Amino acid sequence: MATINVAGKDIAVDEEGYLEDRNEWNEEIAAEMAKLDDCELTDSHWEVINFLREYYDEYQIAPAVRVLTKAIGKKLGKDKGNSKYLYELFPYGPAKQACKYAGLPKPTGCV
Amino acid sequence: MADFETPKLQEYPIIPHLKRGVMEHSSPFVAKPDHQASVGFPGELVDNWEAKAVEKLGDIARNNKAFKVFLDSCVKCGACTDKCHYYLGTTDPKNMPVARQDLLRKVYRRYYTFSGKYFPWLVGAEDMTQEVLDDWYSYFHQCSQCRRCSVFCPYGIDTAEISMAAREIMDTVGKGQKYCNEIIGKLHKIGNNLGLPEPALADTLEGLEEDVKDETGVDVRYPLDVKGADVLVITPSADFFAEPHIDGLIGYGKVFHQAGISWTLSSYASEAANFSMFIGSPDNLRKVAMRIRDAALDLGVKRIVVGECGHAWRVAYSFWNTLIGPFDFLDKNYPVPQHIIEVTHGLMQRGALKIDKSANDDRRITFHDSCNVARASRMGNFPGGQFVLPREVIKGVANHYFDMAPETIHENTFCCGGGGGLLTDDLMELRVKGAMPRMQALKRVVEENDVNFLAAICAICKSQFTKTLPYYDFPMDMIGSVHQLVSDAIVLGAKD
Repeated sequence: MATINVAGKDIAVDEEGYLEDRNEWNEEIAAEMAKLDDCELTDSHWEVINFLREYYDEYQIAPAVRVLTKAIGKKLGKDKGNSKYLYELFPYGPAKQACKYAGLPKPTGCV
Repeated sequence: MADFETPKLQEYPIIPHLKRGVMEHSSPFVAKPDHQASVGFPGELVDNWEAKAVEKLGDIARNNKAFKVFLDSCVKCGACTDKCHYYLGTTDPKNMPVARQDLLRKVYRRYYTFSGKYFPWLVGAEDMTQEVLDDWYSYFHQCSQCRRCSVFCPYGIDTAEISMAAREIMDTVGKGQKYCNEIIGKLHKIGNNLGLPEPALADTLEGLEEDVKDETGVDVRYPLDVKGADVLVITPSADFFAEPHIDGLIGYGKVFHQAGISWTLSSYASEAANFSMFIGSPDNLRKVAMRIRDAALDLGVKRIVVGECGHAWRVAYSFWNTLIGPFDFLDKNYPVPQHIIEVTHGLMQRGALKIDKSANDDRRITFHDSCNVARASRMGNFPGGQFVLPREVIKGVANHYFDMAPETIHENTFCCGGGGGLLTDDLMELRVKGAMPRMQALKRVVEENDVNFLAAICAICKSQFTKTLPYYDFPMDMIGSVHQLVSDAIVLGAKD
């Protein structure tokens, strides 16, 4: 079983670094995951991560990319409500990379 | 992230020098015990797996005559050797179709042919061993089951059948692929590959209705679970979730709206894809497809229309009738099943849609034939309709269309590089390299015709190109749906 070490504690992750147990999530874990990808989390990243977590709590799934871009557009301004902006924040793909930092399972299927 | 080299695009296609074993390391994540259990296979390698694998191989050869003929009839003529996109992109000789087949054929010979039983060294027959299994796991997950090689084989040997059988054998003895098996398990439980539950789907569709209303001022509906609708649309769940897929879904809705056809999606059968085909599992194939029959009966629809999904159209067109037929409860005046392209094409033919082609004037478009549509199905009522209809739809909604080179389209089409259950991040090197032949053909029309839009009718192709285009210095958003083009050109509102 793979783990990442956050504040002296080993946290179980899968082969691709997604949290095994969503309940273990905290902000330090998100920051550590981002650090492993050479990414520093800004307020804009946190807006996305927090929205993903809220949406997941309600629907047990990550939001569709369009739902996400619309929500971010509402929060951060219309010029940021598009997938191009999200790709700038999360270059490995907003759906997957942001889900990982938010402690959600990886979206599966033809995506 | 990328610790491999993206192949260089050449002026013209060349057959590369062989580099033995360069892709030996490529191997997808193995399914965990709970993934395996969800699709009815043992959680890990079973005791005495060698004998059980051989036994399963014998079963398949007995029950599937085509498979046995494919194993018996290869004469090693070499016609297939340079036809596989994974060979051309990786240069690994085991990605030549004949070599891939031989990984399984050598075991078949050893246990099921006279010469292989008594003189294995004369006929290249080999025992089933751990080494063989490792090779199978690696190289049968470097085949996208696209069937391009079979077009060129004088005996019509279909490597896809062999690769499906190999995966079924591996599943049976407890070594499955995580990507496919996790997804099939999710579909059994929730109804789609994503695991998108009904409330999330309803919320997403509601959001779409708002967006389309904002953009067009028209109330286009994206209905869910409407009993008594005429048409049930079965589409890949990526159409609900991903970009550019969702723009295609918006297009389907506009077509139905403008034609005045009542339609619905189903939250129970919210997936067109059926990955069971990729792992060669007839039981899972039927179980997944059965959701669609059940939903159609439950909702009382008269027609079933399939959205833009390549292998789903193969399963629907070629297998549904045997898997989940008869469809005596559906309206016989329409094809069963019907492709969304056929619906739109038919409506355009009889002038039922008002189109403003100039809406696509900023686009110079080419079309990527998806393997399973091109080589395993048909559209319309004439041979080759699956090539003609999508192009006629595009040309009917746009002014600038250009085909890629003839040896790379129609039945000769190159796979996107992510089909057959390989569209997973753990196979990114393979996917990028396998996309090379398609990227090369694309480069030519980009240079010669200023093409800036690659249209496709398959969710896998769309996701694969979104990821791989940037590796070849193309913009990721040049890939889109055919129905995205329709969506932008269709004039909504009262008819003249």
